[in-house]
Amino acid sequence: MTSEKSKRRRMAILALVVIAGVFGYLIYGGIGNNLVYFLTPGELLAKGSKAVDVPVRLGGQIVPGSVTWDAQTLDLRFRVTDGTKEVVVHSTGAPPQMFRAGIGVIVEGRYDKAGVFESTNLMVRHSNEYHPPSKGHNPAEAYKTLIREGSE
Amino acid sequence: MTGLLALSSLQVALVVAIVGILLLVAGVRREQPRLVAAGYSAVYTIFALLVVSTAAMVYALVTHDFSVSYVAQVGSRATPLFFTIISLWGALEGSILFWAFLLAGFSALAVYLHRRESDAMWPYAAATLLGISVFFLVLLVGPANPFHVVSPVPADGPGPNPLLQNHPLMAVHPPLLYLGYVGFAVPFAFAVGAMFAGTVADDKWIRAARLWSIAAWAFLTAAIIAGMWWSYEVLGWGGYWAWDPVENASLMPWLTATAFLHSIMVQERRAMLKVWNLNLVVITFVLTVLGTFLTRSGILSSVHAFTQGTIGYYFLFFIAFVLVGSLALVAGHTPELRTKGKLDSMASRESAFMLNNLLLSVLTFTVLLGTLFPLIAEALRGIKVSVGAPFFNMMTLPTVCALLFLLGVGPALPWRRADGDELKRKLLAPAIGLVIGAVLAFAAGLRDLYAVLAFALGAFALVSNLQEFWVAIAARMKAQKESPAAALVRVFGSNRHRYGGYVTHLGVIAVAVGIAASASAKHEREVTLAPGQTVQVAGVTLRFDELWGRQEPRRFSVGADVYVLRNGRPVSLIAPRQHFYETQEEPVPTPAVLTSMRRDVYVNLMAFKEDGSSATIRVLVEPLVMWIWIGGLVACFGAVIALWPRRRGTPPQVRPVDADQPVARKRQKRKQPRVPAEVSV
Repeated sequence: MTSEKSKRRRMAILALVVIAGVFGYLIYGGIGNNLVYFLTPGELLAKGSKAVDVPVRLGGQIVPGSVTWDAQTLDLRFRVTDGTKEVVVHSTGAPPQMFRAGIGVIVEGRYDKAGVFESTNLMVRHSNEYHPPSKGHNPAEAYKTLIREGSE
Repeated sequence: MTGLLALSSLQVALVVAIVGILLLVAGVRREQPRLVAAGYSAVYTIFALLVVSTAAMVYALVTHDFSVSYVAQVGSRATPLFFTIISLWGALEGSILFWAFLLAGFSALAVYLHRRESDAMWPYAAATLLGISVFFLVLLVGPANPFHVVSPVPADGPGPNPLLQNHPLMAVHPPLLYLGYVGFAVPFAFAVGAMFAGTVADDKWIRAARLWSIAAWAFLTAAIIAGMWWSYEVLGWGGYWAWDPVENASLMPWLTATAFLHSIMVQERRAMLKVWNLNLVVITFVLTVLGTFLTRSGILSSVHAFTQGTIGYYFLFFIAFVLVGSLALVAGHTPELRTKGKLDSMASRESAFMLNNLLLSVLTFTVLLGTLFPLIAEALRGIKVSVGAPFFNMMTLPTVCALLFLLGVGPALPWRRADGDELKRKLLAPAIGLVIGAVLAFAAGLRDLYAVLAFALGAFALVSNLQEFWVAIAARMKAQKESPAAALVRVFGSNRHRYGGYVTHLGVIAVAVGIAASASAKHEREVTLAPGQTVQVAGVTLRFDELWGRQEPRRFSVGADVYVLRNGRPVSLIAPRQHFYETQEEPVPTPAVLTSMRRDVYVNLMAFKEDGSSATIRVLVEPLVMWIWIGGLVACFGAVIALWPRRRGTPPQVRPVDADQPVARKRQKRKQPRVPAEVSV
């Protein structure tokens, strides 16, 4: 009875160790293969070929005057800067409406061999801080042509 | 003035809490009921004081009293009353105040419900709850004080974050989440109380903890579903779950609480897993505090973590203290908790529960690791990384499928040992369901392995759980000549925990199937259209008619009228917008969804020309999304059934299987093979 009990216990412990081992291996490999590095343009360029074709989140500001967008093909190009270095970003989709110079963005994607960052996901950085609207930016004024006749 | 009153209430509450702890501990040690009663009064007093300070905060918000720092931070005269009130929990300090308020309320309720019981466990539990209150009150009078005096008084404030005031669901998600989080403090306190009182080996604490856990679980479930819904309706990417650390933070205590709700049944019926249950209740509570910490300390940069602050160290210290202290306490009580029961067979309900607990623990651990890994990597190696969604999907999807399988097998398995023939008979219909589910999924065009598995196993579990109702109802109809409806009501009445649990299972299945279908069969297209142009996505034809602009009370709104066409005729309008708030430059995208049982058509206005000549829209067609929300409601409804009070005089429902003298009525029923033991004939 006792020996059978201890045998069962040993089997249970062995099973647990095996499960934990397999699980640990899966997690270790899984995390390692799915890490997304958060880099600034300077850090990305400093990494050189190591940064090519791995998932990256690129954070920085839009370079003034760098945004080009074709509304029909949705082809979007702009440059992101950290103040010193710049990276060219290409993406398919609409830019956020207030996608202007100086705004903070986080771009998810991969840096390709040609030196262009292919973006799959584009996020404008929302901050909790209070930004009073800049002068000359008044949506009611800017989009008043859209206000329908007869409605308030 | 308001601020001063509120702050002094909090300071007094802190003193009362400390005195209350001393009174309770002294009272129970020296067996002086009067001291204990005084300690209980301290619990009620703290609740009253927190009602005062929370009401003062709401008053300050509503009257735009910008001399109060929190109001100056989140308030604005332009914000409508509704969003002004709910900005109570919109930022760090207010949400800590709200936490403390709910905790005080729950503590008072728990003490009130058990005030007449003389067991030493209750004063210790009340002292534990006061100890948790002390932590939050220290935060409130110190680093998270929302009542600082602002001088000079600003004329106006920035208002809450536009993303948070863009949708009424923001009024629902945070309070539900906090009700769930705070609710788990009570079972934790019961467990600690029972350990201090030395009565943890009997099951009294677990019976009390169970009800609180079911209620807290229901709140947390509702909170998670509401959070997914908010994310879906507001964030504009057409998804509801991104493995964002803040989402994970609410999921982890849900997983351990779900494990706890199952494993306490094994303790009640088979006197096993006692140490495990204590660990689960401790870990669930710690995970709720960790969740608050992750969300509110600003340690993460994510869409949810809007706040930055310096209270992180307070939280880390508290988490470490609770974790080490209570696990040491559990370890100290392990000898008296030696399991009396033993596992008779792998084919038994208790082994299904154990496997369920193993899988839920594995899930929790995976999510925890994926959530904390970036923090650890940043702290140790100074690199900023995030763990991608593929990691979470790869690790969790197989586990969730295994859990769905168990969700079908578990109800069919009897306690102790299953009889092979009986089991085959009970699993026949679910197995047919499994095949039908797989065929249906395949015929509907699903090719993703986990999506097909989710349909197959979901159908398996659905039939299995429905069969439990059907067998019980059929037995009553035959034996009592009752109508089906009356029999159903009586079946629920016979064992609310059990059948409420099965209802919750049905909800969970609906959520799983909804997620599997909408995530794997999603069609997405982004396109620029001129007025009158149409676009087709997954068989749905949409026509963009016109752009419009409108000045609204606190924002300017630009919308696009998009019609769903059937046979060339417009049948329904979808009008996504962009909201331009006065206090923020970036507009808030406001997607619009045409929802139905079968599928959702989700349209987001991405960009537009100022002259109205074109609009760029993103269209998503996602099947069965609504079933996620329905499933969440059903799951919570099941919990409400389980919690519904018994009529007076009804005998307790749960009997240990090992008891020497089971209720005589029950014995008879065992002889009728197809009638489950719980049906009272």
